[in-house]
Amino acid sequence: MKSGSNLERLLEKGEFVITGELGPPKGPDVEMVKNKAAMLKDNVDAINITDNQSATVRMSSIAACKILIEEGLEPTMQMVSRDRNRIGMMSDLFGAAAFGIKNMLCLSGDHQLFGNHPEAKNVFDIDSIQMIHMVKTMRDEHKVICGDEIEGDFKMFIGAASNPFADPFWYRVHRLAKKVEAGVDFIQTQCIYDMNRFKDFMKQVVDMGLHERCKILAGITPLKSVGMALYMVSNVSGIIIPEDLINRLRGAGKGNIASEGIKIACEQIQEVREIEGVAGVHLMAIEWEHRVPEIVQMAGFLPRPRL
Amino acid sequence: MSMVEDYSKILILGCGSCVTICMAGGEEEARILASQLSLALRKNGKKVEIEEFMVLRQCDNEFLDDPSLIEKVRDVGIVVSMACGVGVQHACSFFNRVIDDRAIRVVPALNTTFMGANMDVGEWEERCLGCGDCVLEKTGGICPITRCAKSLLNGPCGGSSNGKCEISKDTDCAWHLILERLEALGELDRIKPVEMYKDWRPSHDGGPRKTVREDEKI
Repeated sequence: MKSGSNLERLLEKGEFVITGELGPPKGPDVEMVKNKAAMLKDNVDAINITDNQSATVRMSSIAACKILIEEGLEPTMQMVSRDRNRIGMMSDLFGAAAFGIKNMLCLSGDHQLFGNHPEAKNVFDIDSIQMIHMVKTMRDEHKVICGDEIEGDFKMFIGAASNPFADPFWYRVHRLAKKVEAGVDFIQTQCIYDMNRFKDFMKQVVDMGLHERCKILAGITPLKSVGMALYMVSNVSGIIIPEDLINRLRGAGKGNIASEGIKIACEQIQEVREIEGVAGVHLMAIEWEHRVPEIVQMAGFLPRPRL
Repeated sequence: MSMVEDYSKILILGCGSCVTICMAGGEEEARILASQLSLALRKNGKKVEIEEFMVLRQCDNEFLDDPSLIEKVRDVGIVVSMACGVGVQHACSFFNRVIDDRAIRVVPALNTTFMGANMDVGEWEERCLGCGDCVLEKTGGICPITRCAKSLLNGPCGGSSNGKCEISKDTDCAWHLILERLEALGELDRIKPVEMYKDWRPSHDGGPRKTVREDEKI
């Protein structure tokens, strides 16, 4: 076992997993974290805690992860390379392991120009692929980058993101291959709306045998409204939402759009389930945690197994 | 204006190299700045004497070491350097070394922005950060350290869309350009190995840098 996390055990056993996501508050509001966590508990196998997503200041991922552990949930700590150098990252990883965090996700991070402090200096000392290599070195060689021995046990199940909807498309599978080469254990994709493109991507993944070297979780984000869909297309990097999907939402009519969005998400989950190489779903219900139990129920994921 | 309004004798010091080519701090710009300052200060009721002087390169002692220039600097209350940040600092330390009876105030007229190329008339784009560890050989002659908003070394991030960077639709994705160039060169294999951690010491992160060419020393 790489970390012995619930997520790792389930994936190893061949269970079709489901992970959730929780965005920490813009302040030290512990109750808010606990409330969101309660909605996700027993509905998903692990929960990503974002790291200052969209470059907006929030409670640190590591602190919110600790709260989740205390609440009996399993977190996946996201870490972006925008805000810390290798020294800060490795230090936080020691802290994370000390707190019992067993999964993490290596990301470059949204550029700070998107966030609430666009005048900030960024770091980008290392990139997400190098971060994967760094964590793997810490875990498997028991050393930090410079070669110094780590004191104590360091275990981590290493994740990363993949965006099949960014350009150039032909390159995307090669970027995933690099992450596999660097030592990634699992991948969570960007939100999928263009199913044909995702299937095309997964075929390339399977042809290269990458699905046998890492577990791939398909990213699903239910659309709450037509406005949200349009906002994502124009403001979130690397998102493609086909016009017919937006029209379907629109066609649901006032009062029914949210439930149509959930219906679409459930259909998407069933669809990705059938795609070779997909080992699970990463459900990003952005500021919609209270609808997660319903989605998970409708998609047939309950009850969740515990190992 | 606020830098010079307390002085009655001002020397505008143009620089004849890079900033002349960039149409920012050469002879013509020095003349324009001198007349604008003169007009503005007089309008505020100030009596002011403004002189102009051109130095071929303010970043080089050889060109600053001119008795007539030093005489003028001695005579004025403030020097407004139109060189880049390098020239301002170099001229400042030079004057303060050769004139030892009082401290010489040298202020910048320009705000030095970046090392770039002239793309079109009146248009420049950043091309080099001087990181001290050049990767251009591996990246098809396009610098990801400078031109990728995240200085990524392992290909385009998930924010690359239609050849543009996530920060702006007016900014090319450097890695998109690199991939296209490598493909044209038949060198796409270069993107396969994981590019390892960069050593930032040769960059500014290792502290202010210095180069000594022993072979050029007399």
